[in-house]
Amino acid sequence: MRALALHAGLLAMLFALHFALPAYHHGNLARVMVLASYAIGYNLLFGYAGLLSLGHALFFASGMYGAGLLVEHGGAGAGPAMLAGTAAAALVSAALALVALRTRGVAFMIVTLMFAQAGFLTILHFGDWTGGDEGFVLPQAGRMLWGIDLSTPDARYLAALALFSACLLGSLALARAPFGRVLVAIRENEERARMLGYDTLAHKRAAMILSGTVSGAAGAAYAILFGYVGASFAEVQYSILPLLWVLLGGAGTVLGPFIGALFMFYLIDLASGVTTAHMLIAGVALVALTLYAPQGLMGEVRRRLWRGLP
Amino acid sequence: MSLLRVRGLTRDFDGLRAVDGVDLDIPEGEVRALIGPNGAGKTTLVGMIAGRIAPTAGRVTFDGRDITHMPAHRRMRLGMAYTFQITSVFARLSVVENVALAARRRARGAAVGPAVAAALDRVGLADRGAEMAGDLAYGHQRLLEVAMGIAQRPRLLILDEPTQGLAEGEIAGFARLVRTLASETTILLIEHNMDVVMALADRITVMDAGRVLAEGTPADIRADAAVQAAYLGGGDDAAAG
Repeated sequence: MRALALHAGLLAMLFALHFALPAYHHGNLARVMVLASYAIGYNLLFGYAGLLSLGHALFFASGMYGAGLLVEHGGAGAGPAMLAGTAAAALVSAALALVALRTRGVAFMIVTLMFAQAGFLTILHFGDWTGGDEGFVLPQAGRMLWGIDLSTPDARYLAALALFSACLLGSLALARAPFGRVLVAIRENEERARMLGYDTLAHKRAAMILSGTVSGAAGAAYAILFGYVGASFAEVQYSILPLLWVLLGGAGTVLGPFIGALFMFYLIDLASGVTTAHMLIAGVALVALTLYAPQGLMGEVRRRLWRGLP
Repeated sequence: MSLLRVRGLTRDFDGLRAVDGVDLDIPEGEVRALIGPNGAGKTTLVGMIAGRIAPTAGRVTFDGRDITHMPAHRRMRLGMAYTFQITSVFARLSVVENVALAARRRARGAAVGPAVAAALDRVGLADRGAEMAGDLAYGHQRLLEVAMGIAQRPRLLILDEPTQGLAEGEIAGFARLVRTLASETTILLIEHNMDVVMALADRITVMDAGRVLAEGTPADIRADAAVQAAYLGGGDDAAAG
């Protein structure tokens, strides 16, 4: 009950901030909420099932290009584009789950990394359709949903909040459901989980497809809300970022992905106002967190203050 | 009819035959002890029964079904439970969650809580439910493993050296616990402590060098000359180590 109140409270606060924030931070927060949705997707696989993927940019980009290409070449609106992007990511993650989950540990990291790189190169290869590394700007028609223009700041913020709410509450429900608890059991001791009668491979597959689908939904939303589709989102950097956000915020916590994405976004934003070597400041902060809060920010809260934090 | 029936079960490891054509029949309701010197193939044999190790040859039948090629998790669903030789609990999860993971194989929703409480009560860990499993003393972790086994309500409970590493006083309590389980489930017990074996087992199977050396009641085994030579070291009451 307390947990539900906490997470609903965050969503209520984000809604209230819609009316209170100055334009600059209002725009930032919309972006952070979409990125946090991506991080929530990543956390399902990494934080709960304990599988470290280095290829989630493939899922994010599948969603982004699935949506963007349908708008660009099919003239679709935002609704069908969002669905197409999410479905594309679901398909791609299902295919990769079949292959990559034959491996574990470091091999799993390498297989996911290589497939994501292959995805990136595929985007470049079909440059006539995808715009190559320049990408393309989404036409206005593709940013309309039920007559609402999602490119305006207000609609964009609320659409991002809607996506983020769905991801956050879905993640909360999953963490408390038997399925989520089996994922944690697999993370903690897979052989024991198997010898309790759980089909651990099937659970890991389901987790990977769910994770990839949520990541893809975030990618599709990013394309529609910010109006740009580009190959840089399929690069390895976008596989590493969700890992960093989740580690910072707290792997295996429901709020961690949002806290991590917010923290990192503003850390880089503030640091770049002070110096051009802003990544140096971000790096130092990361090292400090690793030293003093290795479980991430929400992980520390769980350890010190509230052990039942989902 | 036998609940568990093993025929010609064999396993080679790189040319070394760890288990060699073992036949085994365990009737429903029996407590069967499996003994033998280190390296006799006991853990490999139960590993094949539980589905952790694929046999090189032979068949395993459980409740009339051929399960030789069935993956481990499906065997557990048919009604097996397995406790590990080396304690294997979810160290960073609470004691209650450990048992709940076992109970959810059978119970759903509101039925999980009472099933967990009952299992913890049986092993005497009722007041430690909120602790992290990894923080428990070693003996309590072994009891937690048994609680996880109980929560699955198995038809066949495989206990792989459950008293290993326990103190003398703990062993007596453990034996009492296993005896109360015997009325509810068939038990296959790998055990080195001969006092425990003699006190608990209905029948004993003795393995040596991958083969079944002898099988019979505790009194038969005590009297068997071949067993004494291979394992008991001559004296009637000698405990093997």
